Amino acid sequence: MTSILTNLFDGVAYGMLLFVLACGLAVTLGLMNFVNLAHGAFAMAGGYVCMVLVNRMGWPFFAALPLAFVSSAAIGIVLERTLYRHLYTRSHLDQVLFTIGLTFMSVAAVDYIQGSSRVFINLPAALQGQFDVFGVGIGRYRLMIIVICGLLTIGLQMVLAKTRFGSRLRAAVDDPRAASGLGINVPQVFAFTFAFGCGLAGLGGALSAEILGLDPYFPLKFMIYFLIVVTVGGSSSITGPFLASLLLGIGDVAGKYYVPKMGPFVIYTMMIVILIWRPNGLFGRTAAR
Amino acid sequence: MSAASDVGHHAQRQARWHFGEAAFWLVVLACGFLFPSRYLIMTDILRLALFAMSLDLILGYAGIVSLGHAAFFGVGAYAAGLLALHGIINEPVLALIAAGLAAMVLGFATSFLVIRGVDLTRLMVTLGIALLLEALAERFSNVTGGTDGLQGIEMQPILGAIPFDMFGKAGFFYSLAVLFVLFLLARRIVHSPFGLSLRAIKNNPLRAAAIGIPVNRRLIAIYTLAAFYAGIAGALFTQTTAIASLDVFAFDRSADLMLVLVIGGTGYLYGGLIGAVIFRMLQEVFSTITPQYWQFWIGLVLVVIVLVGRQRLHYGVLFLPNLLIKQIAGRKAVVSVPESDT
Repeated sequence: MTSILTNLFDGVAYGMLLFVLACGLAVTLGLMNFVNLAHGAFAMAGGYVCMVLVNRMGWPFFAALPLAFVSSAAIGIVLERTLYRHLYTRSHLDQVLFTIGLTFMSVAAVDYIQGSSRVFINLPAALQGQFDVFGVGIGRYRLMIIVICGLLTIGLQMVLAKTRFGSRLRAAVDDPRAASGLGINVPQVFAFTFAFGCGLAGLGGALSAEILGLDPYFPLKFMIYFLIVVTVGGSSSITGPFLASLLLGIGDVAGKYYVPKMGPFVIYTMMIVILIWRPNGLFGRTAAR
Repeated sequence: MSAASDVGHHAQRQARWHFGEAAFWLVVLACGFLFPSRYLIMTDILRLALFAMSLDLILGYAGIVSLGHAAFFGVGAYAAGLLALHGIINEPVLALIAAGLAAMVLGFATSFLVIRGVDLTRLMVTLGIALLLEALAERFSNVTGGTDGLQGIEMQPILGAIPFDMFGKAGFFYSLAVLFVLFLLARRIVHSPFGLSLRAIKNNPLRAAAIGIPVNRRLIAIYTLAAFYAGIAGALFTQTTAIASLDVFAFDRSADLMLVLVIGGTGYLYGGLIGAVIFRMLQEVFSTITPQYWQFWIGLVLVVIVLVGRQRLHYGVLFLPNLLIKQIAGRKAVVSVPESDT
């Protein structure tokens, strides 16, 4: 019984982490209809920035996290302004090729700079180990992830639903032409959203070094997970990807624990079945665009 | 002349063999005799060319974007490997066909998943299928040999007469023969009414359905055929290298394949062949400069190609040859890449 609860807890932490990593992609892929396979590269960048700051320069872990966010967001906005925005109107094939190219470049570049082995971030003692609540083992680090990601999710939902920027973004996504006719600077909104999504990915990358493992092949290894979150979750709100991440996280952890030999098999089968059953995602809008 | 016969006339003229095509194949054959010390890499190029031609059939002619074409390559590779290892079918040509058929069955089964949904769903589903097969191959490592791959494959002589030699000479001409035969078949198919209907579907599925083309059935047919081709390419890989390991399913393989087609251009069959040559040469050059980081440069090539625009790039490359052709043979002989991507 307790092992089930512990697995559930780990699964939730894993799912939350996936959500933070992938929700930027939900915006670019789902809302802006841009296939960005290089999303994992931004996460990796954040992870490596955090690693360098903490391990080499002795920054405290919690001070390095915001910087991971900022650096990934900065890389994101530079690339968006110089490269990505030329490709919004291109075919999906072009977008796929372009972002695969970027991914390959990022993999080789990080390999060149930091070496190809897996890196670890030195965690403060307060985050290590686990404690028991009624016999259920709760990892401190995972608890912190749940807290941070939970707060982020609530914050994102509030921003999207309540603020002026949120309504602008929703308008720009629903109908870019009408939105720009109403005086909304659509490219700017998209650029900002893109950068924010990259920042979140960077933060997720920094947080995930401990759980998912951080090495130069991160963007390729986890690309499929991000895509699953977005395609299964749909793009009508951030609730869809959120639920999809939780499902994926719990499913993956449970799958690895109870049927270790089947490994990733469960996840891929789940994805294909869901895509065939509901091509617009479990929680997606049914209207085709 | 009525419209129908006009279309037929144009289609027939397109299908006729051009002088350039014959020259192309003669050059390829000549390479086999001119560079006897380079058989291994040339065989590699031929395999890649066949694999790229397979993707061209669905991408260039039917407009299906696939990120998991390595699935069929892998199935073909393992099928050929297992057949040879357990001595089920010893004769390479028969084993080749059997391996192609195995991939074809998978292609037929998965085509129903692929024809559903739009580009994005297709990307995901094809990618998912390839990853699924990779996971399966890893899971059943007692059959597939896991990460070590199938080892100790010994190939019997081709048609019982020509043994594989260590310099790869037999392997090269064997691959070339297979490629040429399959090319002829593909050429016949894409110029047939069936091939024309595929192009109609690619340009506008709705309109194609309105004039009475059974869209889904045509897509299933071409997807299955492409799977067969990819399976044969995979089987050639196993037969000429005598190994089959998990990396036949790798995502890199599907991604590289895209690059091959992008370099060569889609929708005229030669794209895969030309692209394969250029891609391998680029790879050789990059890996001699930076053995470990050649992927960076491959990535850069992709990014640049997309940013410049594929159409513009091909126009630029063909500009000089066309200028010459125009002088010698007149306007009509000008070469152009039919760039008709979605």
